[in-house]
Amino acid sequence: MSGIATLPDRAISVGRLRWRRFRTHRAAVASLIVLALLVLFCLAAWPLKTYLGIDPDATDLLARFDPPSAAHWLGTDDAGRDELLRLMVGGQISLLVGLLATAIGGIFGLLIGVTSGYFGGRIDAALMRFTDGMIILPLLPLLIVLGALDLTKLGFTKEFATSGAAGFWRIVVIISIVDWTSIARLVRAAALAIKERDFVRAARASGAGPFYVMRAHVLPNVATPIIVAFTLTVGRVILLESVLSFLGFGIVPPTPSWGNMLNNAQELVNTAPALAVYPGLLIFITVIAVNFVGDGLQHAFDPRSERS
Amino acid sequence: MTRFILRRLMQALIVLLVMSFVIYGLIGLMPGDPLDIMIASNPGATPEVVAHLRAIYGLDQPLMLRYWHWLISALMGDFGFSRIHSQPTLEVLGPALLQTCKLLLASFVVSVVLSFVLGIVAALRPGGIVDSFISLFAFAGISVPVFWLALMMILVFAVNLHWFPASGMANIGDGGFMDQARHLIMPVTTLALANTGGFIRYVRASMIETLRMDHVRTARAKGAGEGRVVLIHAFRNALIPVVTVIALNFGTLFSGALLTETMFAQPGMGKMIYDSILGNDFNLALTGLLFATVVTLLSNLLADLAYGWLDPRIAVR
Repeated sequence: MSGIATLPDRAISVGRLRWRRFRTHRAAVASLIVLALLVLFCLAAWPLKTYLGIDPDATDLLARFDPPSAAHWLGTDDAGRDELLRLMVGGQISLLVGLLATAIGGIFGLLIGVTSGYFGGRIDAALMRFTDGMIILPLLPLLIVLGALDLTKLGFTKEFATSGAAGFWRIVVIISIVDWTSIARLVRAAALAIKERDFVRAARASGAGPFYVMRAHVLPNVATPIIVAFTLTVGRVILLESVLSFLGFGIVPPTPSWGNMLNNAQELVNTAPALAVYPGLLIFITVIAVNFVGDGLQHAFDPRSERS
Repeated sequence: MTRFILRRLMQALIVLLVMSFVIYGLIGLMPGDPLDIMIASNPGATPEVVAHLRAIYGLDQPLMLRYWHWLISALMGDFGFSRIHSQPTLEVLGPALLQTCKLLLASFVVSVVLSFVLGIVAALRPGGIVDSFISLFAFAGISVPVFWLALMMILVFAVNLHWFPASGMANIGDGGFMDQARHLIMPVTTLALANTGGFIRYVRASMIETLRMDHVRTARAKGAGEGRVVLIHAFRNALIPVVTVIALNFGTLFSGALLTETMFAQPGMGKMIYDSILGNDFNLALTGLLFATVVTLLSNLLADLAYGWLDPRIAVR
């Protein structure tokens, strides 16, 4: 049988092909490792807490700004709390907000995009005007107003409005309210392009309803750009969360987040510069890693892209 | 053309109207109301007096009615009184707007020049070492939290090196051009660095695409020098999408201004809005937010016009 090229038993699956392409993007692979390490770092809060026997929320005003020691590996913050533990717990909060707000806003954007692109006409025009309106809003000032809203005026009980859970869910909700536009536009464009294709017409002609067509034909075809957009959104949301918490309109202390650990920035810069560096550096590393992974995914999903 | 502009202006006005209502409603949902603050400083106020005052100020009326009254007086040019500054809000707004314009314009020029240069250089050899470094720089710019960047600038250049003042817009008793410029350097650099990242990526992507086009190859084949090919044949065409995206990003610029102004204690629009929300200054917050929306709406309109002007293929309908 010499001289005849033998075909491999099985063709490479799409997933493997993409993974191969992803691996050629060195920055993305490195970033993936960095992200995994970051998650491990944040999860290490529980074992470390028991090992050192410290409560990350316990304040000790006699031990403000203590230098690193055996008990406090990175020293203590402006209220005498363990800096390292707070960085870990704060990371959990920041990452969780990033994922949750992206998921909620993403689903919202997905619904709007699919509806708009698939039905077209007046619905499309109305929804897209709405989206355009959202895009041009001055984002940060608006988020600050939303963050400052009095929850009791919206009918929530006073206990809930002042609880830590309210602070957490409030920021998740307000970020997802404003950050869905890019996904909506992306999905709309894709749905518009796909719905006129012959296989979709065939499906419709054989009696498929709009929900079936969207689930079976439109969504799988826009999955890859959506995954990329979701990834990039996670990075943006983490940045927004840190900004809002830093300004005092997000996660409320004693619950730590990387943003609100910098609340006392002016004092930190003058008395304990290292404490001003850590949380911001972690945000920076996380977001840049997320963005590189997004870039790598885009590269892996796009068969035309060439790594030169 | 005139019809196009008029139609876009009409749309912008409608968006503004809707936004003014939304912002008005949201501000009403913030903690407390104007009377709470008055009562707090006057322990002798009985419930009857409070109710009477509420009626005088119209705070007992439904939202739509209150908004209507506000809208009418706003259209007459009366945006109310600022509680913090004890001045009409428009008089507070003027100087703040001027300060923000300085900051935004300076950092906009810096980041546009920087991103054009770096974006073009990166696009010349995609995947090369220079491109990798520029891309890393661009990603860093997108990913850095602006407030932390400002904090680090203060830490390094103000606290450790004492090169620049950490805050304010001028020294007392000085305030000359050089003094103001010295105070602006750090805020402008911070904001410019944060914006450059995104811009570089747009310029680079657009340049790579244009450099592959036929007319560029034709220009090369006809013997045009590399500099001429890149700057005249490619760059001018690459500019079209870039201008739109950059103009559309003006709203983001504003968010950055809020942070840099707050961090460096610059008395601009951003800090004013932030302070007014913190200090329950409802009228000022409302006016500031509306102005910010107007600015973004106008810049979007300009972006559309510039797009048509740069690209004659786009027929204005």
